[in-house]
Amino acid sequence: MSEIPGDLKFLSSHEWARIEDDGTVTVGISDHAQDLLGDIVFVELPEVGKTVAAEGEAAIVESVKAASDVYSPLSGEIIAVNDSLEASPEIINDSPYDDGWFFKIKPDNLDELADLLDAESYADTCED
Amino acid sequence: MNKTPLYQKHLDLKAKMVDFSGWEMPLSYGSQLEEHMAVRSKAGIFDVSHMAVFSLSGNNVEKYLSYICANNVAKIKDKNKALYGTILNHEGGILDDLIVYSCEGKYWIVSNCGTRDKNTQWFNEQAKKFSVTVELLKDFCIIALQGPQANDLVTEIVQTDSPTQLSAFEVMGFNDGLIARTGYTGEDGFEFIVPSVIGTNIWDKALAMGITPVGLAARDTLRLEAGLNLYGNDMDESVHPFESGLGWTVDMSDPDRDFIGKEALEKIDQHSCKKLTGVLLTERGVLRPGYQLKSADGEGIILSGSFSPVLQKSIGLARVDRAMKDNAVVIIREKELSVDLVSSRFLKQDKIIT
Repeated sequence: MSEIPGDLKFLSSHEWARIEDDGTVTVGISDHAQDLLGDIVFVELPEVGKTVAAEGEAAIVESVKAASDVYSPLSGEIIAVNDSLEASPEIINDSPYDDGWFFKIKPDNLDELADLLDAESYADTCED
Repeated sequence: MNKTPLYQKHLDLKAKMVDFSGWEMPLSYGSQLEEHMAVRSKAGIFDVSHMAVFSLSGNNVEKYLSYICANNVAKIKDKNKALYGTILNHEGGILDDLIVYSCEGKYWIVSNCGTRDKNTQWFNEQAKKFSVTVELLKDFCIIALQGPQANDLVTEIVQTDSPTQLSAFEVMGFNDGLIARTGYTGEDGFEFIVPSVIGTNIWDKALAMGITPVGLAARDTLRLEAGLNLYGNDMDESVHPFESGLGWTVDMSDPDRDFIGKEALEKIDQHSCKKLTGVLLTERGVLRPGYQLKSADGEGIILSGSFSPVLQKSIGLARVDRAMKDNAVVIIREKELSVDLVSSRFLKQDKIIT
């Protein structure tokens, strides 16, 4: 598996969260997740302004072989979505931790970060 | 877990392996979309040795095959040819789809992997009445070379240009096995049904020539674009050929020929039973097995659904009420999306605008 960026926090269901300098949180799926899914051909992104719960359904990603829910690592309000994924969902395969981000949220409570896995713990869950 | 003779080669290629009906098979060697497009534009090579190969012997093999197959093997008698069709139970339900090969006076059957045990039992049970011996071959490979360049590549792979002389569905003997101009992709190509050592050589040669290895994931999208049924998805014992798009493989033309399931099929009204249709999703999303279809004319269900790499849209096969035509909606996660009902030969029609 490729290197997992150390500044990210994870859900065991393979979503990552990055705390940006402005206090917003960017969310995507891990390299391991995109590898499991294979070629991604469709995403359904949430509407901007929608509120999401921690570990609540926020988006859908479909590869050629399967559909999968994407859960929000934190509760908050969706403030931006990565529109470029709609036309080019393969970006998620190519760049899961950067260009392949799904959405940004304004978090309700950053204390929820404590419930997430750090990169090392997440990597351990992927080895099973 | 069962392994094909090429198992280690797949691991060496870093294939993503998957359990397919108890066989550890390559799903993809990297990107299934790239493998798919390689077959459509150039050529690809597949290890499908998980499928079951049977060799038949005995004086009454033709009578036997005539009785167990819904298609009529008289069509290939004394010819080096392959015949696609189904075997049915007494109720007309599809036990499996298969290819019967007539090659240099000998008959072979290739049937699905998941039905290997069931078929072995069924073939042997029926064979008793005909004094026919059915042998499930061990240490055999099935390698498929598929794609528009297959004809140009095959001579170098097998060191003879004889396969290039074959027409579609023609067969020739080769090293205690056979080569057939058949496939499961909708492209021109060949299938090599040969002893393991020969199959391994064919595989190595093709890889050395730079031909793309293709896994089961791309095999599924290739067959779906070509409108070819997959046993277990698009048909099983609970349905008959007329509601599975396979009426053309049922040969009732000879009133004197009895075959298993014939009596049941004769009672079916082919003009009112359900039908198999191609489905094209006109909106963004992906069709999946089990999704419901409905329209003013009736309803149906998606049997196979995926994403067409060539059309860049989602396509599927569905079993629907016969009156359904043209348009319908599919329910995806409680939302209604528009679909067109089209020929299942997705790449061979004018209606689809890519």
